[in-house]
Amino acid sequence: MARINMVQAINLALRQEMEKDRDVVLIGEDVGRDGGVFRITEGLVEKFPDRIFDTPLAESGIAGVAVGMAAYGLKPVAEIQFMGFIYACVEQIFSHASRIRSRSRGRYTCPLVIRTPYGLGIKPPELHSESTEALFCHMPGIKVVVPSSPYNAKGLLISAIRDPDPVVFLEPTRLYRLIKEEVPETEYAIPLEKARIVQEGKDITVIAWGSMLHRVLESIEGFDAEVIDLMTLSPYDEETILNSVKKTGRVVIVHEATRNCGFGAELSAFIAEEAMLHLKSPIVRVTGLDAVIPMARLEDYYAPAKEKIVKALKKVMEY
Amino acid sequence: MPETIIEKIEVKRLQILYENGNVDESLMPDLSDNDLKKMFELFILARQFDQRALKLHAEGRLGTYASILGQEASQIGSAYTLEKSDRVFPSFREMGVYITLGYPIWMLFQYWTGDERGMRTPDDLNIFPVSVPVGTHTPHAVGAAFAAKIKGHKTATAAYFGDGGSSKGDFHEGLNIAGVYKLPVIFICQNNQWAISLPREKQTAAKTIAQKAFGYGFEGIQVDGNDIFAVYKATKDALAKARAGSGPTLIECFTYRMADHTTADDASRYRSKEDVEKWKARDPLLRLKLYMERKGLWTQQYEDEVKKRVTDFVDSEIKKHEAAAMPEQKDILNFTYKELTQRQKKELETL
Repeated sequence: MARINMVQAINLALRQEMEKDRDVVLIGEDVGRDGGVFRITEGLVEKFPDRIFDTPLAESGIAGVAVGMAAYGLKPVAEIQFMGFIYACVEQIFSHASRIRSRSRGRYTCPLVIRTPYGLGIKPPELHSESTEALFCHMPGIKVVVPSSPYNAKGLLISAIRDPDPVVFLEPTRLYRLIKEEVPETEYAIPLEKARIVQEGKDITVIAWGSMLHRVLESIEGFDAEVIDLMTLSPYDEETILNSVKKTGRVVIVHEATRNCGFGAELSAFIAEEAMLHLKSPIVRVTGLDAVIPMARLEDYYAPAKEKIVKALKKVMEY
Repeated sequence: MPETIIEKIEVKRLQILYENGNVDESLMPDLSDNDLKKMFELFILARQFDQRALKLHAEGRLGTYASILGQEASQIGSAYTLEKSDRVFPSFREMGVYITLGYPIWMLFQYWTGDERGMRTPDDLNIFPVSVPVGTHTPHAVGAAFAAKIKGHKTATAAYFGDGGSSKGDFHEGLNIAGVYKLPVIFICQNNQWAISLPREKQTAAKTIAQKAFGYGFEGIQVDGNDIFAVYKATKDALAKARAGSGPTLIECFTYRMADHTTADDASRYRSKEDVEKWKARDPLLRLKLYMERKGLWTQQYEDEVKKRVTDFVDSEIKKHEAAAMPEQKDILNFTYKELTQRQKKELETL
């Protein structure tokens, strides 16, 4: 077992699924010879020259072509270079990918994956740091998955590729090369719609995903926190959340995205509806600011900092 | 350094069957008497379906409907040459395509009544469900053609859309990708002159829609869309080219939307009666009849017999559709994903 980073783990998942299933194909901008701007697909075109395609610079076209490929019977994995460019695909994802199964009453399906780097952390130009996962969670028919480590990135991507429905797979850029861990060479799938309890605790349930999970883990020292890594945001694992909340009675939700209609809003409404009488304190969200995501010089002030998370943990304990 | 011409394009227009029923024999495709009669009967069926749908709508027995009146030659002529294994991606004004490919008529009524089950394509057909957002299904035909090429199938794909659709970004992105990868896809634009109230000349400043293909490195051709033989020939040629690995083609069928945009529209608000009258004289069925009459294939008695047969058939299809059980409420949830989610299982209990 080798210690590898998330870029290498995703590359490994793609390679193994392409070896296993001839219907898996990759499309996107610069995914072939260049190996993708983050080098996720490095070395794959040499191995699968007939199944990796550099497309023209046309995000909606990429998504639409992936829909047609999937409906024909392939399992396309499309890369959108940055999440800020996925907005051009929203019509294809919302109006077609999510609905083909329903529209055709099951005759046609859309087993595609759209992968895209997401979130802050690499100090790029504007629209390269978006975290608008809630947008996609609002649309039925789509699954939304966010890995938080090399190990789960590999297992979740394998599940996403094998899934019979469309999956938006959001890869936290901050984590691409930050962490290395043991990732088995053998293929393994981590089920979707299943959250992971990263660490058990009895006082506070802290829910996070992607890069914020690591900030949470840096912030909980001194608290008896149960940390949940949601991994699949839509459809999410209600059962794991409820079981934990009923045990701890306190909830802190941390996400990088804007607070207004962020995914934390859904989670806190759900918890309030289902477990209000178990709560010992109001639910607290620690989120990005309600503002356009700033460029590099201000980005550290936008996202939830460790101090803000600690403050929230204290608040629910002291209530 | 002198200025030099580095690219020239020529846009052809194809017409074979004239309004007086004469044909250009040098261009006439090889169609048997049986084919001609089948085409004629499909015409009668498509028109009958269309009229009955409008009538059912007026009676409150069908939802909003988009009439195909005037565009039958574009639809039947093109679909007649498609193989059942070809993947067809229609828009919402393509009932003539569905009918030509043999789609169950009662299911089309079912769909327009507001029932998704009507778009559950029978397993032996490969026509996709109606795509409502204009022009956005163009890349799907491209993706399916890409998949066919990757898998080494001889399948071709066809996207149907209108002059309005040719303004959408997805039209351009789709055609562009199809050109780059030389994919086996044909783009069939029914230029019916109107996108609801917007006339063709406001849709694009280009002289034709066909010429847009040249910008993506492949051929576009304009055909008289009310000339079933021209549409048939252009489609047949484009399909042969696609199957031979020689890439896509854009076919602009120059036709006219004789009816309102949909049953919710009133075209008299934005276009003149004279314009509509002018196109009535170009009726695509009339000229086919004149041609068949000259060949001894059409008589009034034959037409009456066909109409009687088709009316009885459509009657029975309407009965079949109206006798079908209501869709089940659980189907609202059942086709979202392959499996119900944790949430949906609870929602199912609330129905």
